[in-house]
Amino acid sequence: MRHVISVLVQDHPRVLNRITSLFARRGFNLESLAVGTTHQPGLSRISLVVSGDDRTLEQVEKQLNRLIEVLKVTDHTEPHVERELALVKVHVAGVEERLAVKDIQEAFRARVVDVAQKSLILELTGDSRKVDSFIEALRPYGILEVMRTGAVAMSRGDRVLKVREKKEAV
Amino acid sequence: MKGAEALLRALEREGVEVIFGHPGGAIMPTYDALYDSPIRHILVRHEQGGVHAATAYARASGKVGVVMATSGPGALNLVTGLADAMMDSTPVVAITGNVPRALIGTDAFQEADVTGVTMPITKHNYLVQDVNEIPRVVKEAFHIASTGRPGPVLIDIPKDVQLEEFTGSFDVPLDLPGYKPTLKGHPKQIEKALDALEKAERPVLMVGGGAQHAHAELLAFAEKTGLPVITTLMGLGAFPGNHPLWLGMPGMHGTVAANRAIHHADVILAIGLRFDDRVTGKVSRFAPHAHTIIHVDIDPAEIGKVVRTHIPIVGDSRLVLKELLKGAKALRLAAWWRQLEEWRTRYPLRYKPKPHLQSQEVIRAFHEATGGHAIVTTGVGQHQMFAAQFFPVTRPRSFLTSGGLGTMGVGLPFAIGAKIARPEELVLDFDGDGSFQMTLQELATVVKYGLDVKVVILNNGYLGMVRQWQDLFHAKRYSEVYLADSNPDFARLAEAYGIKGVKVERKEDLRKGVEAVLNTDGPVVAEFKVYQEEGVFPMIPAGGAAEDMIIEHPAEREEVEA
Repeated sequence: MRHVISVLVQDHPRVLNRITSLFARRGFNLESLAVGTTHQPGLSRISLVVSGDDRTLEQVEKQLNRLIEVLKVTDHTEPHVERELALVKVHVAGVEERLAVKDIQEAFRARVVDVAQKSLILELTGDSRKVDSFIEALRPYGILEVMRTGAVAMSRGDRVLKVREKKEAV
Repeated sequence: MKGAEALLRALEREGVEVIFGHPGGAIMPTYDALYDSPIRHILVRHEQGGVHAATAYARASGKVGVVMATSGPGALNLVTGLADAMMDSTPVVAITGNVPRALIGTDAFQEADVTGVTMPITKHNYLVQDVNEIPRVVKEAFHIASTGRPGPVLIDIPKDVQLEEFTGSFDVPLDLPGYKPTLKGHPKQIEKALDALEKAERPVLMVGGGAQHAHAELLAFAEKTGLPVITTLMGLGAFPGNHPLWLGMPGMHGTVAANRAIHHADVILAIGLRFDDRVTGKVSRFAPHAHTIIHVDIDPAEIGKVVRTHIPIVGDSRLVLKELLKGAKALRLAAWWRQLEEWRTRYPLRYKPKPHLQSQEVIRAFHEATGGHAIVTTGVGQHQMFAAQFFPVTRPRSFLTSGGLGTMGVGLPFAIGAKIARPEELVLDFDGDGSFQMTLQELATVVKYGLDVKVVILNNGYLGMVRQWQDLFHAKRYSEVYLADSNPDFARLAEAYGIKGVKVERKEDLRKGVEAVLNTDGPVVAEFKVYQEEGVFPMIPAGGAAEDMIIEHPAEREEVEA
């Protein structure tokens, strides 16, 4: 099963390396990864999309917790918001195609961020399934390039990812 | 004060008394500062010898072992030893020099990405970029290495950082928000565990290396409850090997009694072990009758990693055992013990006597002559298993071997580390001819510091364990395991180093040989030419289960159903 995991880490050199090295070493399946700074200086937040059975996911969480610079790990099994950003450069030969692509753009609420003679760059945010459908819808027109960020996630409601209780680590 | 001096000051503040190491270009400023330091340095002949010695020092003493090396090749020579310390949860701090900061990433002379390379084989590692960070990094490194589940920590310090003027403070607070080991077991879980044990009909207590420091509590708890005790290879000595409650070692070359006890157990209390595949065999067939597995470990990630756990207890084995002891009752296990006793008497560890000198009898002779009172180190292979079987140690921290990683060549450097940690003890390295030759350069270290270690080489002229598998599972196709045609004369090799050499080739000279080793004041290398075709039994083939146990060599086969 697909899981989205948020990890709060100390913003030290190589901390991302430690996480990817852990996944490689333990044979965990990492589908996507996104990382960025937070509002708190010194802390970064990482979103991981991982697939595996319950037992694997338990190990993913526990092994992440063993890393000294990992402060908090959450598997988003509760209601949460998940977003990915995609840039798609699509070929548009003539006016007709341009209009058809514009229809798709509007239907998905994407934005045109670059216009050239023979191509457009469209920007879309949404969960991974929406991005998948968007790309499929554009495929017949000739996709020239796709760049997707990894998914980022956040729990709905008042739940907040922060260092609260003592982390059970080794 | 330069960074190098600050580093040594910080190490002194951590109570470091000994550093094992080897100098080189990028660590020279620190070696220069060491010249004036009260810390004792043991110069090894290869960095691998240094890290293994530091590992054994840590295991024999309970303190943190420290090893130092230069950049690039020096640091990379630590890799095997760090992985070994990681697998066997041993507190080691490794300090390595690196090229000056400005040269990092330029493929400079003797440059290697040591923090990158050692990331998966250390508990944590540091690249020090700022001289004033040295006290904090050292403090954290020692704390991380020695607390929670112990493990190796590496500190990589560029040469220019060692040379820079230090203006910081040594009084730094420990601030590791992501590192808070759980030490105390949950009271509810402890209660549940006691309850399960009380209701059990066929319970067993399994202990591993994580209980070495909990030996006193373990003994008290076992004696109070009357539970049969099984110690893994890493757990040997955590419980006395001469105690009536002890069933021996489990797993691939464990005793029949221990493996059958686990196989038939209804409740298993496992403390400070990680259910290695050499212990479990095929996991799906491990302990099929156990309806309750209680797993006590300080590392939550070990719980549920291999076997299903019904009552997990995260905590320090010593503290958990103390709590367990409070609620412990004498269990009524008479019927179970009758069964265990039958297995134990019917299948003691044994070997078929041959006309040749045999490894098992050599080890047994040393055990008898010393009363088992020694620190034993081993290499890896048949001799290691024979030592585990025929030299049952009675005290904790006295059987030093490479369990998880199975690193050939640790025997001699382990003996060096053990002797330096506990100079008053007799230190016996049971080694193989193959294993010994992987690190024998450390004989020079033995000479340099006049270390009274006794190296007992059980020379069967083969890579015996590989040969045994080829014998049993590869149709006797002995591919690349023969050493006898090119082995040195070990006694003469020792003499070339100025160490007393002993050579024993015949069964009837065994006693004399043992006496020659033990009565020598100072180091000895003794070669015992043993039977070449010996196998280690009992044996559960890899991927098998207790039911697949082979008790004797198929030529003299007697397979027993569990």
